[in-house]
Amino acid sequence: MSSFNLNNSYKAVVIGGSAGSFQGIVRILSKLPSDFPLPIIMALHRLRHVRHGFVEALSIKSALRIIEPTDKESIKKGMVYLAPANYHMCVELGNYFSLSTEEMINNSRPSIDITLSSTAYAFKNKLIGILLSGANRDGGLGMKNIKEKGGLTIVQEPTECMIDTMPKAALALTEIDFIMNIDQIIKFLIELNQQYK
Amino acid sequence: MIQHIDIKDLKRITEVIHSKHGYDFRNYAMSSFKRRVLRILDVGNLTIEGLISKLSQPSAFIDEFLDEMTVNVTEMFRDPGFWRLLREEIIPSIQLNNKQFKIWHAGCSSGEEVISMNILLKEMGIMNNVKIFATDLDPSILERGRTACYSLKNMETNEKNYIRFQGKGSLKDYYKEQGGVAVINRDLLSNVTFQKHDLVLGAGLGKFDLILCRNVMIYFNQALQNEVVKKFHADLNKYAYLAIGAKESMIWCDYANRFIVVNQEEKVFKKIKD
Repeated sequence: MSSFNLNNSYKAVVIGGSAGSFQGIVRILSKLPSDFPLPIIMALHRLRHVRHGFVEALSIKSALRIIEPTDKESIKKGMVYLAPANYHMCVELGNYFSLSTEEMINNSRPSIDITLSSTAYAFKNKLIGILLSGANRDGGLGMKNIKEKGGLTIVQEPTECMIDTMPKAALALTEIDFIMNIDQIIKFLIELNQQYK
Repeated sequence: MIQHIDIKDLKRITEVIHSKHGYDFRNYAMSSFKRRVLRILDVGNLTIEGLISKLSQPSAFIDEFLDEMTVNVTEMFRDPGFWRLLREEIIPSIQLNNKQFKIWHAGCSSGEEVISMNILLKEMGIMNNVKIFATDLDPSILERGRTACYSLKNMETNEKNYIRFQGKGSLKDYYKEQGGVAVINRDLLSNVTFQKHDLVLGAGLGKFDLILCRNVMIYFNQALQNEVVKKFHADLNKYAYLAIGAKESMIWCDYANRFIVVNQEEKVFKKIKD
């Protein structure tokens, strides 16, 4: 896949998803090797009052370690980070997370826009942003911010999405680099992994 | 709406607030601070220069600014497991040594956590043995705490949390609906002192047996968290408790080893060394 600019030394992958994204996320995580070189930062809409079970469910088929970070925790390579229930998750300059209980955005906490936008600000053009299936517009603005900072943007092929509102919102707001189905996203990430070897 | 603001402009804003009004936001976590400032610019239809100019003059605007700046999103019985732990372990353990004791809600916001505490204490039959200090930086939000009226929409979340807390009755036992809002029974505030207090620059408030500061220090950077934890340490009796938010940590704080972890899941610590 020579069309991807893999020469840019990316520092992180950020993924947003909502309704209908769970199976796709599980498939992606199940295909990535344990030595995947970049941190993966995920903001997925989830029930606000259920603190447990999500990490465990995602971990079943994943070779990578998945955690919900605590406030001010450093971002490390080869880890997968999931925004905790009822908190917004931001990335700060200096390569660490901060959490927030600010107002819900798009009726969501965690908000995908907040994670994507703060990650874009911290990682600039060293970021790959991926937005999956979802039933609201959260994430669109975040993808726009990633694009404006020079990052690479990918949305899930709307026809493959269980609910396509979220990728379509991003496509309407900014020029997205690639529209891919889950298999292509997996292939892309594995190719990225080869590049770092 | 402005979406970007430079760090140097944020620094100018924190400098003017510090020099003109004596509040120190210089060690706040950057991304949430930036979002709050952008929100203030948006709500007030202000430019950055306009905001700095408004903050440069002595006026009531600083109170509006503080109200927008501080995050005032809270719930009654947030993390019901934490409240069950208080009822079943922490409060009984305090009671073993002190029949009368003192609790400080540091960063109490609109008072939901204070009301939760008093419901818990009342159901344990010990509310009158406990004195509660509830403090916040934001005078407007303290006034809302004193008034103790909440939107019915928020009461739905509060009610769900109360059910998970497994309280003795129904949350409805503790408020009346009046004019479309939930008015908390006044007796649930009888032992509470609401007081304006600055965690960053303020002096100690005395000695406490339990301090709750949940999801407040997440808005501070690590250096400031470290300083505030030192203050809490000084304000706790020996063997007294400190509760922070479920996703907060004190592990990097200088005084972490003067506490033991009582419950890792709910982030309750006990001071064991002076």
